Amino acid sequence: MEKRGRSFYVLSIFFALFVLFLYGPIITIAILSFQGPQGGLTFPMNGVSLHWFYDLFEEQAVGDIWGSFRRSFALGLMVMIVTVVVSVLGGLAFRKRFRGATLLFYMAIASLVIPSILISLGVGLIFTQLGLPVHWASSGFGSQLTWTLPFGLLIMFAVFNRFDKSFEEAARDQGATAWQTFAYVVLPLIAPSLLGVALFGFTLSYDEFARTLLTAGSYNTLPLEIFGMTTNVTTPVIFALGTLTTVFSFFTIGVFFLAVWLMSRRKDKGSDAGKGMV
Amino acid sequence: MTKQLTAWIQAAPMALVLLAFLVAPIIMIVIVSFWGATEYSIYPAFEFDNYEFLFGSPVTYTVFFNTFKYAAITWVLTLAIGFTVAYFLTFEVRSLKWQVALFLLCTIPFWTSNIIRMISWIPFLGRNGLANSTLISWGVIDEPLDWLLFSDFSVILAFVHLYTLFMVVPIFNSMMRIDRSLIEAARDGGASGLQTLRHVIIPLCKPGIMIGTIFVTTLVMGDFITVRFMSGSQRANVGRLISNDISLLQYPSASATAVVLLVTVLIVIGLLLRLVDIRKEL
Repeated sequence: MEKRGRSFYVLSIFFALFVLFLYGPIITIAILSFQGPQGGLTFPMNGVSLHWFYDLFEEQAVGDIWGSFRRSFALGLMVMIVTVVVSVLGGLAFRKRFRGATLLFYMAIASLVIPSILISLGVGLIFTQLGLPVHWASSGFGSQLTWTLPFGLLIMFAVFNRFDKSFEEAARDQGATAWQTFAYVVLPLIAPSLLGVALFGFTLSYDEFARTLLTAGSYNTLPLEIFGMTTNVTTPVIFALGTLTTVFSFFTIGVFFLAVWLMSRRKDKGSDAGKGMV
Repeated sequence: MTKQLTAWIQAAPMALVLLAFLVAPIIMIVIVSFWGATEYSIYPAFEFDNYEFLFGSPVTYTVFFNTFKYAAITWVLTLAIGFTVAYFLTFEVRSLKWQVALFLLCTIPFWTSNIIRMISWIPFLGRNGLANSTLISWGVIDEPLDWLLFSDFSVILAFVHLYTLFMVVPIFNSMMRIDRSLIEAARDGGASGLQTLRHVIIPLCKPGIMIGTIFVTTLVMGDFITVRFMSGSQRANVGRLISNDISLLQYPSASATAVVLLVTVLIVIGLLLRLVDIRKEL
């Protein structure tokens, strides 16, 4: 193997610093969330305790954390399911040429780059002017989809651009109907990527702030609740909450990666194609 | 069923969601931007007062200038960092397994909460924070630095922290597609490392750089929460102008500002899109 040049070591250090920059702050607040009961928002640590985590479980201390967590979780699941289904359908549509395809594509891109506050403001205005209930599961749900669907669609583009069409042709040649081809050939092949779409759908919804701000109604989602806390909570309880939801996010990401890994392992083992040759 | 019809049925759900929650809201904002407002309510009208007020106020120009300033500085920093990281992953890391693992390490924060990531800078940058106490203990400074938190510095730091990822991913994607034989050819032709970078790698990464640029500039220009939080409400950009009007229930004036912001962002994207075809890059 070629010897490593000086650039490798310089860039490795650069990369390590970048990773430290990405994760350092969150590690800091994770440590600080174990502050003693008298501890403040910054170092030094004033003893070590679980005091601030206990505080989180006392309802009256910090508002409706658990209610907002349940809402965010439910909303995340709703957004995830709809994002996967709608993105797959959209991806399938874009494989054929259809009139309006370019327009729809630009709408999806616009949805991605439009300042979030415009969605929030516009959807909020429509719902209030029409007298519809502004609620996280109605207006909030729709607003979040404008953020997750474009990601889903772009992933589906990437998937289908690399998709080998001869699999489908083979299925059709064997007499499979369009539905059978999709259900038994296409879907299993793209399944790991769909987990990716699901991961985007859930996590982007779970952490979404700007688009939900004016569209969640009177019941806050978790990010809204946390943001509310930043203005009136001055104790490490906010770090404890931040640590817990980040741990939850990491856990979610871990579950998705595990699922992808299990799926690809099964696929490797599953087929005996080519082994029967003598 | 014809292919055309099937495609339409498959595309319909996405089209409907985007019509209801993207197109309709924009139309609504444009309409409301001509409405009038009292202290407590808004009423339909067709007047240009909101725009007149917006363009007549010197604050508007300062705030727009600030918005562009944040976008430009963040763009330069995220591009420099993002390009270097992508370069390291593509050309210096040799096994695909490590490339994927390190790439994921960079992308995981994207799936966590932006607000928490902002909050987590506070114990770091505050007057008694880690940065100040470390610098004092090293003897670099005698007094804590005040400009670390609640300043332009902290705003831009947070932007870079949150959005560098949007540069790394598309640039990495472009770089991974570069045919290695091109680089060998450049070296065989006698090009130095820097020459290869300038004349081979950078031109081939241009689409990725452009996509990253579009993401970063639009995210920064449309932001209101990072600026509010990281500046302790001491700095303003257009997004904050809008959100302030909203909190005062001045929806028509918020809408007018939103329309101007949207037009500005669209002009910026239009200029950038002339330089790259996104669909080819996926």
